[in-house]
Amino acid sequence: MPETQIFHDAEADRGHRAKWFASRVAIYGFLLLWTVICLFPIYWTITTSFKMAPDVMQGNMIPWVDYTPKWLGWRSLGLSPETIGNESTVRAEFLKRFTNSAVVSLSASALAVVLGSLAAYGLSRFSYKFGFMRNPDISFFFLSQLILPPVVLALPFLVLYKELSLLDTRIGLIALYALTVLPIVIWIMRDQFASIPTELEEAALVDGLSIWGAFLTIILPIALPGMVASFILSLVLTWNEYFFAALLTGSNAVTLPVMVASQTGSQGISWWSMAALSFAAIVPLIVIGVALERFIIKGMAAGAVK
Amino acid sequence: MSNAGDLLHVVTADDISDRRRFFGRALIWGSFAALVLVALLQAGDKLGWAEVGFSTWRPTLYAYIVWAVCLCWAQVIIRGEQGKRVLFVLPAALFVISLVVIPLVFGLGIAFSDWNLSSPDGRKFNGLNNVRQMWADPFYWNALGNMVWYTAAILVEYTIAFGLALLLNAEIKARKFFRVAFLLPLMLSPVAVSWMIGKSMLEVRFGPLARLARWLGWDNPSFFGSPEMAKFMIMVMDAWTFIPFMMIMILAGLQAIPKELHEASRVDGASGWRSFWEVTFPLMLPASITAILIRIIFKLKLADIIINVTSGGPGGATDSVTSFIFREYRDRSNVGYGTLLAMVYLVLIVIAITIFMKLADRWMNPRY
Repeated sequence: MPETQIFHDAEADRGHRAKWFASRVAIYGFLLLWTVICLFPIYWTITTSFKMAPDVMQGNMIPWVDYTPKWLGWRSLGLSPETIGNESTVRAEFLKRFTNSAVVSLSASALAVVLGSLAAYGLSRFSYKFGFMRNPDISFFFLSQLILPPVVLALPFLVLYKELSLLDTRIGLIALYALTVLPIVIWIMRDQFASIPTELEEAALVDGLSIWGAFLTIILPIALPGMVASFILSLVLTWNEYFFAALLTGSNAVTLPVMVASQTGSQGISWWSMAALSFAAIVPLIVIGVALERFIIKGMAAGAVK
Repeated sequence: MSNAGDLLHVVTADDISDRRRFFGRALIWGSFAALVLVALLQAGDKLGWAEVGFSTWRPTLYAYIVWAVCLCWAQVIIRGEQGKRVLFVLPAALFVISLVVIPLVFGLGIAFSDWNLSSPDGRKFNGLNNVRQMWADPFYWNALGNMVWYTAAILVEYTIAFGLALLLNAEIKARKFFRVAFLLPLMLSPVAVSWMIGKSMLEVRFGPLARLARWLGWDNPSFFGSPEMAKFMIMVMDAWTFIPFMMIMILAGLQAIPKELHEASRVDGASGWRSFWEVTFPLMLPASITAILIRIIFKLKLADIIINVTSGGPGGATDSVTSFIFREYRDRSNVGYGTLLAMVYLVLIVIAITIFMKLADRWMNPRY
């Protein structure tokens, strides 16, 4: 209908404007709604750790408006300003668990990244034959470990560790955690190495470097972003791990999640101290999440796009 | 990515003398003999044939580690340049084999025995008794059924995650802020989440969500009272932590789609809705399948939230297989039966995942 076209255009233009505006509102509305859903539990935990019993019961939400913040929750952890200088058994306990978690997750991630990067590099460059297994089979063997649910390993490990007196030790947990994140590391690093051209190593080999020399001096620096990504992803998973820690530790090597879980039952409704403890347990990861978000996204995206 | 043939060729010539080869073999077999010797001594000690004075199996562990190191070293000695290449994969392979295959084989042994860690009798082989017990255990079947429900919830999670990824992929301001905010739930430990949401925000009297429910007209909100509601709440909490994971994977897929395709579809006159269903969604299928597959794998491990919020209640309605076995061990120390349940679960998972992957493969590469 060419004769009505001019009017159509004007109408469509205005309609388009309104539609564009409506879609903007809808998009930002949904974005904000989901932001609230994501952040409210964290906000709730922080504010609750500064509440007193009546504040909790009245459902006060906003500090300084609804209620005056008190250090009650943090005092029970021994981390409030007036108790920070004093001796505190709770704080000592908390710090011990915190160190356990840090040591275990850092070393397990480091171990997994070292083993996983080596294996991924080898698989992306050379062809192997172990018995009937060739490269795709070996890759599949490593990646299939991801399917293995922790329960299957848990009870045999419990018995094995008991015999080896590795129960309730950090070493035991480190080995097990490294095993659980190894497939993820291999997955990310395989992508990373596949994107590096082999000409680089060829040049290095011609220049007289050995294969390990070329790997360590030329390839590793290029693959560093992938390694950081897989390290951080492993760190998140191992820091939060609860199932194995609950089964395999008793007193010495207890990690933070186990401590939080054990307090849930015993403390009843002393919400402020639970909130303080929960928040202290998640704060390192919130910091990592905000600061290193780029790497986490890179790591998780590695597998999605082929 | 082709896996056929080396991408890098051997450039150095190896000449390995017979003596060197012999030394390498001697290293492997010597350390292996030492391992066998130590293991035999330990077994003898355990069974009371000889007093050696080992209190734990640690010496065998050390002998095993020494053997593993010798095995890696000997690769280089015997095979030279080729051996150095094997050295990339061998440590990881040995690590996985010793930590997965050995416990699995050992676990198979436990699965067919009557072994209660709290009873002094120790381990007794009891054939298929555990299988019979499992067959008649309504709680285990119930937990397996629950897993089907929990897994089915992934479809809803996927829809939400896809929506969020589309939103983040749209032309918006402050994209980085929203991305970080959406990512945060994934960083939180499930144990902390189960307190933050399950125990405090859903608390019936003072929890903010209970208040919200009352304000919306639900007089007596009870989130873990009825089986369906409790199951639903567990699904919601698990979804809350893991939606960011799927969202990031889908977002990565969306960003890999060339802009020209959308422009072309717009020029061809497709509306937003049609261009989504006929351009974006089909192109996203591979990334979606990967995201869903990984999410299923993680979902099958679901336990932490259930253990900490409901411990399976009310009446086992929220139990996942993992949390059920966890309690089987925690409450009854029943290692033998628990291991059998876990093994059966593993077999079921492997079958289910294989079928899923075959179906996905068939669906994505149809053979006419």
